[in-house]
Amino acid sequence: MQASRLAVDIGGTFTDLALEHQGGRTTIKVLTTPAAPEQGVLDGVRAILTAAGVAAGEIGLIVHGTTLATNAIIERKGAKTALLTTEGFRDVIAMGNESRYDQYDLDIVLPRPLVPRYLRLPVPERLDNTGKVLRPLDEAAVRALIPTLRAEGVEAIAVGFLHAFVNPDHERRVRAILAEELPDVPVSISSEVSPEMREWERFSTTVANAYVQPMMARYLRRLEADLRTQGLNAPLFLMMSGGGLTTIDTACRFPIRLVESGPAGGAIFSAHIARQCGLENVLSFDMGGTTAKICLIDAFKPQTARTFEVARVGRFRKGSGLPLRIPVIEMVEIGAGGGSIAHVDSLGRIGVGPESAGADPGPACYGRGGTHPAVTDANLSLGRYDPATFAGGSMTLDTAAAHDALLADVGSKLALTAEMAGLAVIEMVDENMANAARVHAIESGKTYEGRTLIAFGGGGPVHACRVAEKIGITRVLVPSGAGVGSAIGFLRAPVGYEVVRSLYQRFSRFDVQAVNGLLVSMRDEAIAAVRPGSFGAPLSEVRTAYMRYVGQGHEIPVPLPTKILGPDDVADIRAAYDREYARFYDRPVPGSDVEIMSYAVVVATIADAAEETRASGTLFVPEVAPSRTQPVRDTVTGEVSDWGIYPRASLPVGARIQGPAIVTEDETSTLIGPAWSATVDTLGYLELTREAA
Amino acid sequence: MSHQTHAMAQIQRQIMWNRLIAVVEEQAQIMIRTAFSTTVREAGDLSAGIFDRQGRMMAQAVTGTPGHVNSMAESVGHFLLKFPLSSMRPGDHYITNDPWLGTGHLHDLTVVTPAFHNGIAVGIFANTAHVIDIGGLGMGPEGRSVFEEGMYIPIVKCFDRGVPNETFFDFMRVGSRLPVELEGDIYSLCACNDAAVRRLVEMMDEFEMDSLDPLAEFVFDLSHRATLAEIAKLPKGVFGGEIWSDGYEQPVRLQASMSILDDAIEVDFAGTSGLSSRGINVPPAYCRAYASFGIKCVVAPEIPNNWASLAPFRMKIPEGCILNAPRPYPVSVRHVIGHLLPDLMMGCLHQAVPDRVTAEGASSLWNPPLRGGSSVSGQSRGNKPVIADFEIITFNSGGTGARRTADGLDATAFPSGVRTMPVEATENVAPLIVWRKELKPDSGGAGRTRGGVGQIMEFATKGDLEFAVNASFDRIGHAPKGREGGLDGGNGVVRFKSGGLLRTKGYQVVPDGDRLILELPGGAGMGDPTTRDPAAVARDVRDGLVSVANAKALYNVDVSNPKG
Repeated sequence: MQASRLAVDIGGTFTDLALEHQGGRTTIKVLTTPAAPEQGVLDGVRAILTAAGVAAGEIGLIVHGTTLATNAIIERKGAKTALLTTEGFRDVIAMGNESRYDQYDLDIVLPRPLVPRYLRLPVPERLDNTGKVLRPLDEAAVRALIPTLRAEGVEAIAVGFLHAFVNPDHERRVRAILAEELPDVPVSISSEVSPEMREWERFSTTVANAYVQPMMARYLRRLEADLRTQGLNAPLFLMMSGGGLTTIDTACRFPIRLVESGPAGGAIFSAHIARQCGLENVLSFDMGGTTAKICLIDAFKPQTARTFEVARVGRFRKGSGLPLRIPVIEMVEIGAGGGSIAHVDSLGRIGVGPESAGADPGPACYGRGGTHPAVTDANLSLGRYDPATFAGGSMTLDTAAAHDALLADVGSKLALTAEMAGLAVIEMVDENMANAARVHAIESGKTYEGRTLIAFGGGGPVHACRVAEKIGITRVLVPSGAGVGSAIGFLRAPVGYEVVRSLYQRFSRFDVQAVNGLLVSMRDEAIAAVRPGSFGAPLSEVRTAYMRYVGQGHEIPVPLPTKILGPDDVADIRAAYDREYARFYDRPVPGSDVEIMSYAVVVATIADAAEETRASGTLFVPEVAPSRTQPVRDTVTGEVSDWGIYPRASLPVGARIQGPAIVTEDETSTLIGPAWSATVDTLGYLELTREAA
Repeated sequence: MSHQTHAMAQIQRQIMWNRLIAVVEEQAQIMIRTAFSTTVREAGDLSAGIFDRQGRMMAQAVTGTPGHVNSMAESVGHFLLKFPLSSMRPGDHYITNDPWLGTGHLHDLTVVTPAFHNGIAVGIFANTAHVIDIGGLGMGPEGRSVFEEGMYIPIVKCFDRGVPNETFFDFMRVGSRLPVELEGDIYSLCACNDAAVRRLVEMMDEFEMDSLDPLAEFVFDLSHRATLAEIAKLPKGVFGGEIWSDGYEQPVRLQASMSILDDAIEVDFAGTSGLSSRGINVPPAYCRAYASFGIKCVVAPEIPNNWASLAPFRMKIPEGCILNAPRPYPVSVRHVIGHLLPDLMMGCLHQAVPDRVTAEGASSLWNPPLRGGSSVSGQSRGNKPVIADFEIITFNSGGTGARRTADGLDATAFPSGVRTMPVEATENVAPLIVWRKELKPDSGGAGRTRGGVGQIMEFATKGDLEFAVNASFDRIGHAPKGREGGLDGGNGVVRFKSGGLLRTKGYQVVPDGDRLILELPGGAGMGDPTTRDPAAVARDVRDGLVSVANAKALYNVDVSNPKG
């Protein structure tokens, strides 16, 4: 019997909570309180305990995720940070890769470094690529910087030296000196925060860690204390971007690993549903108000990556943000949500997003002063929403305002009616999401054949069928609880930690001893991070090597056996590489040597196997009839017909609905396209299937 | 056709155009992920696009670099002249590196692949990539004819109905210093075109298309009209300009006279210097590519590149001038001069639309080809050690020109679209130590808006053993020019650590114990420096990008307490 578990996900607008207690689940949303986020959390906790009828002392585990770190970077509200770096390289984080993310825009804006040049302080020292000291650390020069750091009122310090991931001695020595001289200033060193090759990414990550550290540490300690005073004495865990949970202590040291925890929770939510339903390969599709997030999940594990960009300044453009090299759940985020605004460019082409109407003023149909047409306006113009019952009837949508906006910004420029303009906007936003999904599959060496799309978020179930059609997917699953998917995902995440290290080797000269030593030390580090939170639960360990052909640019992950490697294993590893390469790119390149760039070790608690799973077999199929019909325009044919409307709460298990139809609930609507049918499974999930054409 | 059917058809054409652009973007992404040469995968020196049956470019990936993009647009026509579409079969791939049929030097391979749908050739995919070695002298200006610059591949079939042409690949394998990379790259170029063909077929099935021709007409019609509408907004007239390159033997003048007409922009390069005996000459397609790019950035940056949107930009390039090099003149480092063309175009456009152009920038990439080991030092030097063999090129940039409302970009590539490699990665593939790579104070040209700052790099080998540089650097004797009272950017410097200067072009040895220092130019400023916001001057002083002395002398700002 499991103790009650509570998840709290702080987002930009809402703080979502989910509580699981004796097999039941309660979820609520409260407004986020940006000035003191823990206030919103405490309000929500009180509310959900009351709603669920659970006492504070009954909670056995609290899991928390927050966008605070991300927001601090986007809004530049972090600590005054200094960077101590190898002399001759103080501008690494300013120069980046010396490129522009847009070739034609002369007025392009590049992201500003988090540390200004006058606080990027050079230190005489230099290592070579093997870690050998070419120039000893000048300790006197480090001490000579102390008065400057004091005078400037520096609140956090990052230390980043070239090749420090191979030999961390100089960075550690500098940290020790700083600890003597400035004991109250937290120090982040690159060989700990992101010990991998490529100085720009490593320094950028280390600087970002330092930049958010004081604020995050204060917040987390305060939150912990406040929860204790509420009688919540359960262990508190933090959701990380890589999909694992960690302790407050680790989170305070490496707060940069907390960015994007919300989307990571969403991906884990999808992975959990995939496991419940026995779906080996799924595509997670989470469409909210501002963006859509797409994530590939195979064998119930979200795809992971080691790089990420935060705070993009160029309309979600790749390359316009600050690079972070940390373990992350890999997903594509594009500026396509219910609030995304449609426009017509100088060629008469319709574009959608990434500008968003946000929550305020919101789409034109919200009647709060928005005058530009958003995706929600376009959906309304097609008849997909009932203006009287949107969001559970909490607001009445203004159809006339939506039509006016569509006509003014789109229709009048292309000689289209408001309705046809709305159709064009929806087709374009669906196309954009489908294109992003296609490119993502290519980058991942995957296909969509046989995959199920899991749709959630306010917009996911509305757009799922059409996006699925465009990428060749024939099955869509709409789970329940889709409005607070990330918070539910938090409760499914393992306590885990990922350690990544670079050790460059040609495969033809593979040094088994060195690799074994490295992997064991990585495992020990990961276990040390996990143990305080695992409470003796069994742990799993996964080892991965990142390999490529000598001379190639992109390495691919290759699974390694979890054991001390012997000479006999070398051939097996090479064979595993060739298999993986062929899977990604069809054709291995004969006669090429392989190089190994780095290794990852993930240690995590083993996921709770005792989960509710979907029952199979033939179900009794009850008759269901629509509660009413509504005229809806189909985006493929352009024709209007009456679609049946089914309130989701009224649908019994086994119910079967033939499209076209719409299933409504407070948080979203599920569109069942004309070529699709839906059934309600034993978990209450809607499963949509496209009939063979 | 009813109003609604008409509307649906219009919407569907837009969706199809959008999809076509996604298809070529996938084509480019696959190339980046599978390429072997650092020039493609790290630097992004590539392009990809789809063409109609007449060889007119319909769409190209936004990923890529301008010199490739616009010259590749011309290239497909040359392939069709030699191999008419009717002679092509599914699974065929054609290749060339002819500088006059492709993108201007032997290091660029262009691969062309027909796309078949239901047995009918419906279009053509093409791509271009800069490979790291093609034999010959290697990248650099020293060749006296194209024959010295590397292997010369005429337009040939490298795959015949999916079967590799092993005779062709045999030539490739023996003629390059890096045969694995070269062969891998050619496979990669063909594979990404194959993937694009598959994607196109899926798209045509989904939209029930028999032919790309109606879509091509739609794309061309909208693009052409939109480009003409942008040209119509410009004041009509003839505007002139010139710019100087350091050249190889002597300085080179590039001169342009730009006529803005009702329906076109015509550029005449009469007055431009004659040809060089070394590899800085520019084939005409490359001249058109960078001149069009420069105009397009100012006049119609949002209109996608295709045959119709490029057609209104016309170039007259006199025979015998350095921008119209005939075969077999050497052209290996044609980018050194080609990269100055957008600055030249903006010099002309400044007279028409002064608010829309930037000041001149460093512009020419500084990409030092570095080489060490036996080919520099011989197999042995008695008892003196020789550095291990290596061959590497990095792509680095000075500052860009000041913008009307913002400073130029520090150490950032323009007009080239390439990226640089991390120092840690460079030091892992070659026995090099980069001792310094940081911004160069006082190199950004002063102005109301300041030019982007250049950078200083210091190269040595491990143990300071001798190595060589095949220099192809510019903007040393001719710094980027400011506009409207803005001052020039800092000029480049190529020197030994021990003190002496190197020649700006050509193969030179950095001896034992010495190092190579490159000081990359800064961008020029725009507007009177004394009108610059004093707070911005103070910030630059505090950041060490402008000296206290220059703040006073150039900006008339006293920054007595730079820490304050």
